[in-house]
Amino acid sequence: MSTLDLTADVVVAGGGPAGTWAALTAAEAGADVVLLDKGYCGTSGPTASGGTGVWYVQPEPAAREKAMASREALGGFLQDRRWMGRVLDQTYENMNRLQAEARYPFPIIDGKPYKQGVQGPEYMRRMRSWIKRAGVRILDHSPVTELLVDDTGTVAGVRGHRRRHDTAYRVRAGAVVLATGGCAFLSKALGCDVATGDGALFAAEAGAEMSGMEFSNAYGIAPAFTSVTKTAYYSFATFFRGDGTPLAGAGSQGGRSVIAAELLRTGIVLCQIDQATAGQQEQMRLGQPNFFLPFDRLGINPFTDKFPVTLLLEGTVRGTGGIRIVADDCSTTVPGLYAAGDAATRELICGAFTGGGSHNSAWAMSSGTFAGRGAAAFATALGAGARQRKVSGAGGVGIRPGATATTAGRREALDVIRRQVHPYDKNYLRHGSRLRPALAHLDEVWDGLRGATVAHDGDLPGLRQAAAMVANARWMYTSAIARTESRGMARREEHPEQDPNQYHRLAVGGLDRLWTRPESVTGRLAAA
Amino acid sequence: MIELVSESRCVSCDVCIAVCPTNVFDAGAGGIPVIARQGDCQTCFMCEAHCPADALFVAPMTHPVPEGSPLRDEAHLAASGLLGSYRREIGWGRGRKPGARLAVGPELGPARITPAALP
Repeated sequence: MSTLDLTADVVVAGGGPAGTWAALTAAEAGADVVLLDKGYCGTSGPTASGGTGVWYVQPEPAAREKAMASREALGGFLQDRRWMGRVLDQTYENMNRLQAEARYPFPIIDGKPYKQGVQGPEYMRRMRSWIKRAGVRILDHSPVTELLVDDTGTVAGVRGHRRRHDTAYRVRAGAVVLATGGCAFLSKALGCDVATGDGALFAAEAGAEMSGMEFSNAYGIAPAFTSVTKTAYYSFATFFRGDGTPLAGAGSQGGRSVIAAELLRTGIVLCQIDQATAGQQEQMRLGQPNFFLPFDRLGINPFTDKFPVTLLLEGTVRGTGGIRIVADDCSTTVPGLYAAGDAATRELICGAFTGGGSHNSAWAMSSGTFAGRGAAAFATALGAGARQRKVSGAGGVGIRPGATATTAGRREALDVIRRQVHPYDKNYLRHGSRLRPALAHLDEVWDGLRGATVAHDGDLPGLRQAAAMVANARWMYTSAIARTESRGMARREEHPEQDPNQYHRLAVGGLDRLWTRPESVTGRLAAA
Repeated sequence: MIELVSESRCVSCDVCIAVCPTNVFDAGAGGIPVIARQGDCQTCFMCEAHCPADALFVAPMTHPVPEGSPLRDEAHLAASGLLGSYRREIGWGRGRKPGARLAVGPELGPARITPAALP
């Protein structure tokens, strides 16, 4: 089979907000940039289909202080104040550029553009056009399957598959930015089926670490049997049991676990958006037209009808865990490798509590900018010799078989994810007695995948994505078991209190044998 | 999931094949794209938003709708205004005002917690 062989200064894996900002920034720094998307840059991922709020705060000390302080307790004080400040600065700059240079049509309120949110399809359509104008080469439908490393272990490019051409590709590069998104475990949450945690697997194979993977149990509310996990407007909702009586304690924030428990017990929870005034109802339709897609198409009036709801796993997409970054340029522990967006840990600005919505979108555009700039500088420093390096693939599972005798394939991997990761009583309402056996099942499938399983050509991306989900789940549960307290969204039924002795972040890593390591919380002194 | 490619409306631009993030469509005979891998559809509605001819319809369910469902019936979808409705709502298409210009939702206070008994 012929292979498309390219070279670049910077490769960006992933074409959502983080990837496009990374590509733009690297190109503006003078780098020759190739961006690879497993789907289509402009529609891939939860931002394009979902839209999002943005943590956009005026650069006034009082407003910034309020923005930083507002969720620190929720996040278990694991945030880094210095990082929050630089993300607020970068987000402010990027959103202003989005208006001035990409001509994003922000709403005008009192004569001023309103920049606390973006409509997904419009935002990502404009980011695609913008990076093309900047000279970025985009390869759509081209999932990365592994990283390339040189003989010192420095990341030196990627290998992948072009699924609409059915050919392999290779890009040798001076640096790689992983902006592959989080991991939502093929739950069908809106726009999330491309978010299978691939970047974390690639990073770990090259020797990188994860952080905050215990903060990974986000579930979004959707009308039953649909994909539309737009949760914000459920703050106007009342929830009911199947018999129509109120489900006391249920709520979209601070009462979602009650919904999970009722779904586990009876399989049905009903909802009615009955607390919104007529004016608020009208505004909802303008604010988030996609919220109404299931209702309009199924003939439901959500304000007057009771409709069934479900919870879909959003995993690390709305959690905060991901690849551990070690410096201001979003570099990882591996030279030449950078991480941005949901692929990276968002603990630095979110701590232990979901970064879903405005914080994650601010993180995506800011960390993308930092990583793009860092990767371009790294590639420049390597000089012209970078492209002549002898490189080899770092990929293991599915590419280079291991020594174990057992085998498992994509089917077994998807099955163990559905049985051991999706269920509310395992991943959401967590207890050590249920986490440990779930992890054992995942370990067993991992060992099977690491055996003789090898895939080729068009079958390889699917197997690698399945393996990536198993790897992400094992880091999640290993971290969740290690944190024997309740902090932020990582709650343990048998350890309901926050434990001052566990005031740390948790790094986690490894592929066949996993480990965890406490990391001191940084960036708190800046608060004083 | 994607349920309909309208042969009468399709302009054979193949945009849906390109933009689908999960690669659901293939080029079809006579220039009409075919739903080749419906099971991979993630129900994200992006193909509908990008279709310049309002020829696609995505039902909101994450499983296929049954044979005979009105959500697969082009005449019903056209008559009810559902066909092309997402593109209209986000204000894409010639002569429309971008929905992004109007996208300001209601102020969100603390989420309501369902009380034990309703008044």
